[in-house]
Amino acid sequence: MEDTICAIATSSGVGAISIIRISGSDSIYIANKIFKGKDLTKVSTHTINYGHIVENGKIIDEVLVTVMKSPNSFTTEDVVEINCHGGIATTNKVLELLLTNGCRLAEKGEFTKRAYLNNRIDLQEAESVMDLVNANTEIQRKMAINGLVGKVSNLINNLRSYLVEVISNINVNMDYPEYDDVEVITNKVLKPKIKKVKEEIEKILKESENGKIIKNGINIAIIGKPNVGKSSLLNALIEEDKAIVTNIAGTTRDVVEGVTTIKGIPLNIIDTAGIRETADLIEQMGIKKSKEAIDKADLVLFMLNNNEKIDKEIEKLFDSIQEKKYLILVNKSDLETKIDLNKLNLKKDIIIKMSLLNNLGLDNLKEKIIELYDLNELEKQDLIYLTNARSISILKNCLEKIEDVLNGIENEVPIDMLELDIKSIWEDLGLINGTTYEDELLDEMFKRFCLGK
Amino acid sequence: MYDIIVVGAGHAGCEAAYASAKKNYKTLLITSNLKNIADMPCNPHIGGSAKGIVVREIDALGGIMGKIADKTHLQIKMLNYTKGPAVRALRAQGDKVTYPKEMLKTLNELNTLEIKEGMVEDLIINNNKVEGIVLSDGTKINSKIVILTTGTYLKADILVGNTRTRKGPHGEEPSNYLSDNLKKYGFKIIRLKTGTPQRIDKNSINYSKLKMEPGDSVYHTFSFDLEPLYKIEEQLPCYLTYTTEETHRIIRENLNKSSMYGALDDIEGIGPRYCPSIEDKVVRFADKEKHQLFVEPESKYYDDIYLQGFSTSMPPDVQEKMVHSLPGFENAKILKYGYAIEYDAIYPTQLQASLETKIIANLFTAGQINGTSGYEEAACQGLMAGINATLKLEEKEPLILKRSDAYIGVLIDDLITKGIRDPYRLLTSRAEFRLLLRHDNADLRLRKNGYEVGLIDEERYKKLIKKEKEIQELKEYMDTTRLKIDDSVKNKFKENNLSLPVGSLTLSNLIKRPEINMKFMCSLIDIPFREYIQNQVEIELKYEGYIEKAKKEAEKMLKLEKKQIPLDIDYDKIKNIASEARQKLKEVKPRTIAQAIRISGVNPSDISVLSIYLKKEYGKDE
Repeated sequence: MEDTICAIATSSGVGAISIIRISGSDSIYIANKIFKGKDLTKVSTHTINYGHIVENGKIIDEVLVTVMKSPNSFTTEDVVEINCHGGIATTNKVLELLLTNGCRLAEKGEFTKRAYLNNRIDLQEAESVMDLVNANTEIQRKMAINGLVGKVSNLINNLRSYLVEVISNINVNMDYPEYDDVEVITNKVLKPKIKKVKEEIEKILKESENGKIIKNGINIAIIGKPNVGKSSLLNALIEEDKAIVTNIAGTTRDVVEGVTTIKGIPLNIIDTAGIRETADLIEQMGIKKSKEAIDKADLVLFMLNNNEKIDKEIEKLFDSIQEKKYLILVNKSDLETKIDLNKLNLKKDIIIKMSLLNNLGLDNLKEKIIELYDLNELEKQDLIYLTNARSISILKNCLEKIEDVLNGIENEVPIDMLELDIKSIWEDLGLINGTTYEDELLDEMFKRFCLGK
Repeated sequence: MYDIIVVGAGHAGCEAAYASAKKNYKTLLITSNLKNIADMPCNPHIGGSAKGIVVREIDALGGIMGKIADKTHLQIKMLNYTKGPAVRALRAQGDKVTYPKEMLKTLNELNTLEIKEGMVEDLIINNNKVEGIVLSDGTKINSKIVILTTGTYLKADILVGNTRTRKGPHGEEPSNYLSDNLKKYGFKIIRLKTGTPQRIDKNSINYSKLKMEPGDSVYHTFSFDLEPLYKIEEQLPCYLTYTTEETHRIIRENLNKSSMYGALDDIEGIGPRYCPSIEDKVVRFADKEKHQLFVEPESKYYDDIYLQGFSTSMPPDVQEKMVHSLPGFENAKILKYGYAIEYDAIYPTQLQASLETKIIANLFTAGQINGTSGYEEAACQGLMAGINATLKLEEKEPLILKRSDAYIGVLIDDLITKGIRDPYRLLTSRAEFRLLLRHDNADLRLRKNGYEVGLIDEERYKKLIKKEKEIQELKEYMDTTRLKIDDSVKNKFKENNLSLPVGSLTLSNLIKRPEINMKFMCSLIDIPFREYIQNQVEIELKYEGYIEKAKKEAEKMLKLEKKQIPLDIDYDKIKNIASEARQKLKEVKPRTIAQAIRISGVNPSDISVLSIYLKKEYGKDE
């Protein structure tokens, strides 16, 4: 028998609720030991039970406990989920209690692994679950849960069934050429159909870019010369939500020095300030560290001093961020303007004047970030998009194949060969869900077309 | 004592017996009725989409179906010409009189072949090894190997309306005990069914109401060794007609009289999805106003016309009404009523890739007994069983064609790996590497195999080597020759409304342009090679990118094909494999990871668990 494992299924505390999941043959028994309310060993499966987590008679948290009995659970084992309401510290306390009562701390992804190995979930679902495990914000959780209940799968399945219609029609044309009452798919008929698929995939991909932002947040690197105000900016930005900096064991982020959220989206702020004192900023090991920070960043905030002329060092640093998305922050606008921004040949709309000393410009910066990433829109969306790298790369691959098909159509390539590319797009899409049913195509052919002797 | 006994003389049996006797093995071909050798009880075609390519493959390997068809057909056509080189396939309208005759003649030329009439009801089996056959009168005949190609004759039942009669397609006696005996030896037996339409007197049809479908106006042959033996203008036409509202009304009103729709309550057999009866079509596609029917001559020597698309198990009086409701058939005379036939078959996952059964050594099965349908599917299995039986006698490795080698490889792998739900028909969509499995290159793919197993003689093999060499030479010629743009070339482009290429392109690059074909190129520059070499090179160059892609895909599969699974693996010892997958793996006993992946019900997670187990237990993943 596998041992009973537990872990916090939601790893950071932005949301109001944290879930602790327990899986294994002893899960109900162990949960019951620390629960005051109904006797969990006697409740029916798939019930949510209100009560309290207690330690030595003292209430730790007010909770809802979900009991799911084997095999109808996520892992197919007995599973208990405790919804904690008391923030990260209490959640940690509950977890600790479970560990002292006989659970083992789950390894990262261990629930999903059990579910996958027990054939409970397909790959897409497994990945969505991993997203859920790693969810830091409410908005992420919402998205991951949508993936889990199969909205992503639906989207992909719709595309696939559209494609399989096209493919089966072409196959019927090839296998039953003598039938004159079946529409013949020629290159001309094919073109708009393929274009439609292309648009759909592009749409999913675009939304998935947003999904990536929701899932991973926006990585922001603050760079600039010493004493330009980088640390002040970092502090000003994270000032609002210090709770988030709470470190949970096992989830330490390496370079990130502060996290804040705007519109529910995490901003992971990488401050290169810590590097600066090592030595000359541009030279030596500093170079490597800032470079890493810049490479990782989705957005670079390049801080300049309004009171200082642009020198070689700044130009060099400026050159190094040309590949990235960046904003120029001109700090210390309260002092005399000595800076000559024309030297850098910048577009006006990326320059933000600030005076951190007087708390000026911070709101402008936030507005700019919201604008850059369309965060207002993001907040409103129904978040059902692909969020993991594997799925996105499959889709991108599909897009390339679609281009091949469209080129082929232009070049009068026979339908026979185009069909092979279309079929491989259909198969690739199946990979996202991890399930392909091999007779699907044949079934479709014989379901939709009346054939035979 | 024979080397090889072949039971059944249909299309599978004839190829098996031919392969065996051609290699000088003492062979007995035993049939329940000498008149039915290479009989075509159903439609009169040879070939068709995918199947036509199989006939070419049979010919490339040294089988005979293609040659016999070439010598006897009534018309021949190239299908899918415009849809691309990989789906092109020949279809001939066979002659149901001359085809069997020609087959018998070919078989009679073999010195070591004996053909005999007799009903086989049992096998002689010792220590799970077959040693001969037992006839209905108790006679025992010994042999080293037995190949069963019994077609639809295992416990055959003819179904018409509410009657069930234990008979074969022409009213002959079926084998009543053989399938029970096979069950006794441990085989899983399944029941299948298929159907066939009416035969109409050709003189009673009003052709003016039908659409004529003539043969092609260019010559074709299935065989790589024969020149065309027919005259284009002497081909017989086929015709088209359609069902009417009236036909559908008659069918709907009489549905309960059809054997398949309740008139018989003991139907077990599963019919082919791709060959539904007209009842099925009318019921399942209720909103379709009409269904296409193909009116096809069966022979030059008698009057039967085959009404393809109208297969039914209605009682005769309803069939009369149905036929008379068709345009052109108002006064048609039915010579033979349509019927359905139920028969026993072996569940094909019980076979090895060589078509030898897993349970009984030296016993091979081929054709409809393995759950397939179609003459071509039967013939190619017969040929492979015949070849592998002889290789077994020679203690050599069997000839296993891969999915990337031949449609035959696709068919056999599908049968033994996936099993069947309904009678199996080859379709282009079943072949993932069909770009490699073309009509035009069947000889380049398989003739060498035919030579190695001893069915292709030295002379024909040399012809192949020469062809390969010429193809190479023409490719080099086209790679190195540039088209000079002179006035005559300019004019040719202008005449054909084509834009003139910039600079002097090599011929290889020129042929890749969609608007340029070999014929046009030949009008620009002398290409000193024969037409079939030109055609081959044109396909290979023009579609090089696609063909290369297919080759890469095939290589990927071959890599997985190399990851072997030991025969002694105990699937019960592998934790975490889903129980459905475990059961399927135990049943199919895949030899490679690639084959395991193709088993339905075995999921990717099972494959990863299996791979990890193999690595751990056997120290390697090969």
